[in-house]
Amino acid sequence: MSTIGGMRRVEGREKVTGRATYAFEYAVEGAAYGHPVQAPIARGRITTIDAEAALAVPGVLAVVSSADPPPLGSVEDPELAVFQSPQVAYHGQVVAVVVAETAEIAREAAETALRIEYQAEPHDVVLRPDHPRLYAPERVNPAFPGRTEKGDVEAGLADAAYTVDQTYTTPALHNNPMEPHAAIAAWEPDGSLTVYDSTQGATAHRDTIAAVLGLRQDQVRVISRHVGGGFGSKGTPRPHVIVAAVAARAAGRPVKVALTRQQMYDMTGYRTPTIQRVRLGADEDGRLTAIDHDAVEQSSTLKEFAEQTTTPTRVMYAAPALRTTHHLVRLDVPTPSWMRAPGECPGMFALESAMDELAEAAGIDPVELRVLNEPAAEPESGRPFSSRNLVACLREGARRFGWDRRDPRPGVRREGRWLVGTGVACSTYPAYRRPSSATAVAEDGGYVVRVAAADIGTGARTVLTQIAAEALNTSPDRVRVEIGDSDLPRASLAGGSMGTASWGTAVVRACEALLKNGGQEGRADTSEEVAAGSAFARHAFGAQFAEVRVDADTGEVRVPRLLGVFAAGRIVNPVLARSQFIGGMTMGLGMALMEESFVDPRFGDFLNHDLAQYHVAACADVQDVEAVWIDEEDPYLNPMGSKGIGEIGIVGTAAAIANAVYHATGRRVRDLPITPARLLS
Amino acid sequence: MREFEYARARDGREAVALCEPGARYLGGGTNLVDLMRLGVETPARLVDVSRLPYDRIEAAPSGGGARIGAAVRNSDLAAHPVIRRRYPMLARAVLSGGSGQVRNMATVGGNLLQRTRCPYFQDVSKPCNKRHPGDGCPAIEGDHRNLAIIGHSDACVATHPSDMAVALAALDARVHVIGPGGERVVPMPGLHRLPGAEPGRDTVLEPGELITAIELPAPPPGRSVYRKVRERASFAFALVSVAALLGVDSAGVVRHCKIALGGVAHVPWRAARAEGALLGRTAGPDAYAAAADAELALARPLPRNAYKVTLARNLIVATLTELAP
Ligand SMILES: Cc1cc2nc3c(=O)[nH]c(=O)nc-3n(C[C@H](O)[C@H](O)[C@H](O)COP(=O)(O)OP(=O)(O)OC[C@H]3O[C@@H](n4cnc5c(N)ncnc54)[C@H](O)[C@@H]3O)c2cc1C
Ligand code: SF4
Repeated sequence: MSTIGGMRRVEGREKVTGRATYAFEYAVEGAAYGHPVQAPIARGRITTIDAEAALAVPGVLAVVSSADPPPLGSVEDPELAVFQSPQVAYHGQVVAVVVAETAEIAREAAETALRIEYQAEPHDVVLRPDHPRLYAPERVNPAFPGRTEKGDVEAGLADAAYTVDQTYTTPALHNNPMEPHAAIAAWEPDGSLTVYDSTQGATAHRDTIAAVLGLRQDQVRVISRHVGGGFGSKGTPRPHVIVAAVAARAAGRPVKVALTRQQMYDMTGYRTPTIQRVRLGADEDGRLTAIDHDAVEQSSTLKEFAEQTTTPTRVMYAAPALRTTHHLVRLDVPTPSWMRAPGECPGMFALESAMDELAEAAGIDPVELRVLNEPAAEPESGRPFSSRNLVACLREGARRFGWDRRDPRPGVRREGRWLVGTGVACSTYPAYRRPSSATAVAEDGGYVVRVAAADIGTGARTVLTQIAAEALNTSPDRVRVEIGDSDLPRASLAGGSMGTASWGTAVVRACEALLKNGGQEGRADTSEEVAAGSAFARHAFGAQFAEVRVDADTGEVRVPRLLGVFAAGRIVNPVLARSQFIGGMTMGLGMALMEESFVDPRFGDFLNHDLAQYHVAACADVQDVEAVWIDEEDPYLNPMGSKGIGEIGIVGTAAAIANAVYHATGRRVRDLPITPARLLS
Repeated sequence: MREFEYARARDGREAVALCEPGARYLGGGTNLVDLMRLGVETPARLVDVSRLPYDRIEAAPSGGGARIGAAVRNSDLAAHPVIRRRYPMLARAVLSGGSGQVRNMATVGGNLLQRTRCPYFQDVSKPCNKRHPGDGCPAIEGDHRNLAIIGHSDACVATHPSDMAVALAALDARVHVIGPGGERVVPMPGLHRLPGAEPGRDTVLEPGELITAIELPAPPPGRSVYRKVRERASFAFALVSVAALLGVDSAGVVRHCKIALGGVAHVPWRAARAEGALLGRTAGPDAYAAAADAELALARPLPRNAYKVTLARNLIVATLTELAP
């Protein structure tokens, strides 16, 4: 297949003219507003709920809480078991909802008239590497073994000419999509439910919501046509959706719930903090003799969410001995959740920082060290790679970046007040695919393709239009793609960078069926095709190069140059792909230098819970961020030959910057973010 | 957000009369309205003073000073040709604050009186002496990484967030005020107060007093600059900032010196000891280091913000060196 080209976003005009409708904006007749009330303690129980005064506030329609638990069906995710128990599992957990004629009345009544009393218990919210309740999870997300071991790690380390043994930490991080989480729940007279939601997958949300509310799947419809970002935080239904549904039932009216930015910090998930110990051993030539990577991370008391932090280490480098482990502790905190490249992103910060330290110890160029340890097959599984062009990415990046002119000595380049340095790190992300279905129908002289995909700002709608047009051998303007509605053929999530691969396969198969059936209608379900699996290890790879300047007096770090070179299969739409790559890299820059969700252990919630205090990179931080890719033909993926591109951009950026900071200053910062405070102390 | 009245005054007197107990003046609202959304401020009435006839910048003939109306928008102040020429440190300080959108709304009066960005102060679920005297100060044992190193008390370790105020403190600005008791002039520094035992009071203003204008004396001869340090390149409050003016004679002796620091104290901190240590001395990095040390001898950093002492010292030396190597 050829590259289809940089088609513009099909809904671009709608978006820039403000006509694209987001979840909260649907004009639902008779809608009331719900304000979620959150627990002010991190652990304990509710002893009293007195809603009398709140209900007496003019305009208040209903209060729902565990005082009278709304009946629910089968709830797999305890975060969604809203108002079922007086127990409080974390600070900020939703304990009630006030429904009123306006959002302001609901909030006012919730804050001033609703009386809830608590019996607080001592809480524990601090992740420590020596926590007595640490345990090794059997599985890490989504279904990997928690521990893998191959060869004799201790022997490999003992025999090594060079070793690195360091601990790296990453803080809790929040997704912070631009569009806050919001939902409208409207019950129909026949007992069915329509939910306007901001989600990464209408089908999965519909299934979960139906189960939680004890409804059949055909009784629930989730509509989510436009989504202002999610980065994983909209990958599973969050509590406010269920809150909206039970509130609407109680009020007898449709109910709109929009979380405030502050509430999002407690209720929409976050990336677990990690404490990672990496031990590397290498022989005289720099060949790895052992890799040992352990991650300590947290989950809530409600459920086990085990981030797959050390899984990229199973993929990256050849070593006769390789051990990867995870340790988890259940704290009185909200359950962590998905955030762009869960696992790979924090894990590769540690591994790729350690590789830089090894390069330094062994006196080998960091690019060459990686090339030297390129594996012939996937290190952990021994399976062949469907394609792997990491070395090509490193070489191409080095060429474009001018790496050959690099003086390896740290802390010796100064331009005025700035110390200058460069660094490199690798990226990797698995090429997943999940079953989806789609239909293609000839209509009005063109074609309509239907699939319950989600466009969370990635351009999925546009890419699917291109893919369908190519499969139908027609021009994109004769194809209309309908997505973002659970009444459409069921489809997988926009998550795990697998949207295009999963939905695209279904769309291609549906279009092929249409052509075969005489050109009128085709349908496809890829369950069998996807279940057949693959004998290959399938991953995208990349190399990121960073130039940093560190103010010698103040410790301010600026990044004048970031270059990413990726090998991610066939790039279906270069314009959209570039924005995914540089968007990921920009988020990685924020992770490196400023992002951090801070918890004061005495209170247990995230203290800096708004965008004035939780800093993401601003335009002024983003100078020259460039992403390029190398052509990769991989016949073992899917009909498009594509690998996911949504997440790999954030993988490795923080390590590239940290390595560059070391090169600039001679200071190795192993704890993110790299702030002036850290560089000066 | 609670219900409140909104009133618009035609002149300063009327505004003062409308500003009964429980009322607040409304400038651009970029801080006050945020605090109302957070439940930190719950005024019964807003008296909009953003359209009062205090929206002009009057510059005396060259060699003189300037008078800036309290309702002048931050963007207009930073862009004013006379301000940029005569008081470059002020223009730069204003330009380093907030974002373009915030500066378009924000007024000079509101900027001076904006509240601390201490995270506990902004979260009503937390105790805070500044909001509720006697509650305690969780920042002292908590997250004070960006709070004060000088002049704080056992009751409060907050910093004043304004950049503009740091430049005004260095420039010996005079703040014109009218209130129920008539008109008066408050010098800068002197408008803001240290927390002491009364952290609830940010300034020496009495309830109902309205800022009408800022008067700037003619700038002393010398070069001036404002430098602000922050981990994000824009749209972030200062970790530490410095406003500095240095006038050095032909023999290399410091004849004029004004230094103020931001991000270190409950007030824009005029570094009088540093100035004293420099005046009459030969300019140069050694003298700057000695001056910085003289000032920072006063520092009493908290466990997690000792880096600010190093930062302030380095920043003073680097900034002065930039002005007169
Ligand atoms: C996200 C964000 C980032 C920011 N970053 C910075 C920064 O880096 N540096 C910086 O310096 N500032 C920064 N600002 C602050 C901004 O500059 C202030 O919010 C602004 O200057 C306040 O001006 P205002 O006119 O909007 O005041 P308002 O919000 O209207 O009022 C603030 C206070 O002043 C009182 N007040 C207003 N006018 C008068 C008057 N004439 N007389 C007496 N009292 C009055 C009000 O009653 C209120 O108590 C930031 C703001 C935001 C929202
Ligand atoms: S430092 Fe001041 S503002 Fe912050 S919590 Fe303490 S008393 Fe409140």
